[in-house]
Amino acid sequence: MNAWAITKRASFYLLVLVIVVFAVFPFYYAILTSFKSGSDLFRITYWPESISLQNYINVLGVGSFPRNFLNSVFVASITVLLALFLAVTASFALARVRFRGRGLLLMTILGVSMFPQIAVLAGLFELIRFIGIYNTPWALIFSYTIFTLPFTVWVLTTFMRDLPIEIEEAAIVDGANPWIIITRVFLPLMWPALVTTGLLAFIGAWNEFLFALTFTISNDTRTVPVAIALLSGGTQHEIPWGSIMAASVIVTVPLVVLVLIFQRKIVSGLTAGGVKG
Amino acid sequence: MAHIQLKNIRKSFGMVDVIKGVDLEVHSGEFMVFVGPSGCGKSTLLRLLAGLEDITSGEMTFDGQLVNALAPSKRGIAMVFQSYALYPHMTVYENMAFGMQLAKSSKEAIRERVERAAEMLQITPYLNRLPKQLSGGQRQRVAIGRAIVRDPKVFLFDEPLSNLDAALRVATRLEIAKLHHQMTGSTMIYVTHDQVEAMTLADRICVLRDGLIEQVGTPLELYDNPQSMFVAGFIGSPKMNFLNGQIAEGFGANTIGIRSEHIEVSDREGSWKGKVVHSENLGSDTYVYVDIGAGEPVIVRQEGKSMHQPDEPISIAPIPDKIHRFDKAGKPLRH
Repeated sequence: MNAWAITKRASFYLLVLVIVVFAVFPFYYAILTSFKSGSDLFRITYWPESISLQNYINVLGVGSFPRNFLNSVFVASITVLLALFLAVTASFALARVRFRGRGLLLMTILGVSMFPQIAVLAGLFELIRFIGIYNTPWALIFSYTIFTLPFTVWVLTTFMRDLPIEIEEAAIVDGANPWIIITRVFLPLMWPALVTTGLLAFIGAWNEFLFALTFTISNDTRTVPVAIALLSGGTQHEIPWGSIMAASVIVTVPLVVLVLIFQRKIVSGLTAGGVKG
Repeated sequence: MAHIQLKNIRKSFGMVDVIKGVDLEVHSGEFMVFVGPSGCGKSTLLRLLAGLEDITSGEMTFDGQLVNALAPSKRGIAMVFQSYALYPHMTVYENMAFGMQLAKSSKEAIRERVERAAEMLQITPYLNRLPKQLSGGQRQRVAIGRAIVRDPKVFLFDEPLSNLDAALRVATRLEIAKLHHQMTGSTMIYVTHDQVEAMTLADRICVLRDGLIEQVGTPLELYDNPQSMFVAGFIGSPKMNFLNGQIAEGFGANTIGIRSEHIEVSDREGSWKGKVVHSENLGSDTYVYVDIGAGEPVIVRQEGKSMHQPDEPISIAPIPDKIHRFDKAGKPLRH
């Protein structure tokens, strides 16, 4: 019996170890590679031997990478803000206002999110050219928002539906209009959902590649995923693995930081105490 | 002070009629209780008064002013919800101040009103706590406090006690009764399905059934002179005994009703013979369930402690002038 318990425990942790190694190894190897230089790059090692910051200096000091980084920050942040604003107001209507065709609208929103990017690429390209925002960050913000919204609206609608109706009614009796209900009563209760969806929207916008490649043309407007893919070495036949890895690590750090910051905010039970049960 | 008048109020949700034409007058300063079984429309009627639902047809006036289309916050009402409905992210103080803040009152005025209400309800020590740090009874007091701060002409209570446990319910009921004595200027409308709450709190009770008013009157009017079998059965605990068949025919009625305290254990003429099914000894009273061969056992209330064994033969007799006689439609027969 005791031996069995130990075996069970041991195999559990073994499994955990395997999963962790599988999940983390690629990232670990990227960090490892980013600190190598010269011909070390092509020697396979699993532990850091010598640490060189040359790749980081190359990436940050040369070319338009810092600019691309800022582009990404700008595009992803504005996308998140815009998507959350639209989604919160939309989900209030979808969750709380009774109107004809509400269910159909929700299904349509879900349906839209099922289209692959490539299917709408040509149409979206025409649209962006027509509006005149081609090769600007707004082209990306526009398209990312379109693709983020269905998911964001769905999650927030579900969440908002679960907020007790009495709280809203109490606010109505207190003289609150819908805008005040959303901003001063619901938003504080929706932090967990906002943080989760906002984070996912940010990650989506941050990592997006196809639209970024298609809707921007100049070095100055590119975002980092495209910039990294287009990093070129000294000759046509040289792939600058060191720089690519350093750039990748730099790009990942903001996401990790964001998750760590907001992890504390993702607390459940924020509505506890407002209503019975 | 608000004198409320309802004229032929109707409310339908789609095809379903919930309120089917209600005429009612609530005098200013009165404590009116809506009571009825679940689904009778009492909560809907309250929500119509609050303005949380729109009236389908009819007229509603507060002090002669038509309020059919007036927003809840403009009606001078405050509502206490069954589930408290406090704002979870605000402290008790902020919860109570929210309405006045929205009305753009000055900070000093808000502080004064909130503190006075908190004192009234003895929740001053909790003003800086969040609702989740309070017990159920305290939360409901905060909800009542939030209503007081609004200084409403009309207080609306939607089953405020049904989430509390038995002891707290009695205590909070007393609290609400005291509140009514203190705030003589406010009309109070209170919804409950518990007839004991209705009897103890109300100046007048309005019994609702299937979206219609069954009877309106003071608690004792309803108790002594029910205008229908429904009211007779709904008001009073234990429930009024109803007998039909031969026994009722003997009194020239389709059904007769007799309250448990109006039956004596006695051998005199006209008494019903039966045997004891069960007896409940509550200390001050004893309820004896007697099977007299008329379907449901008859409940007899005896003062003090009286001992009866199951299956013991017993003779009981109703006090003749306390018998309620009803016709086939459930309406009372006059002598």
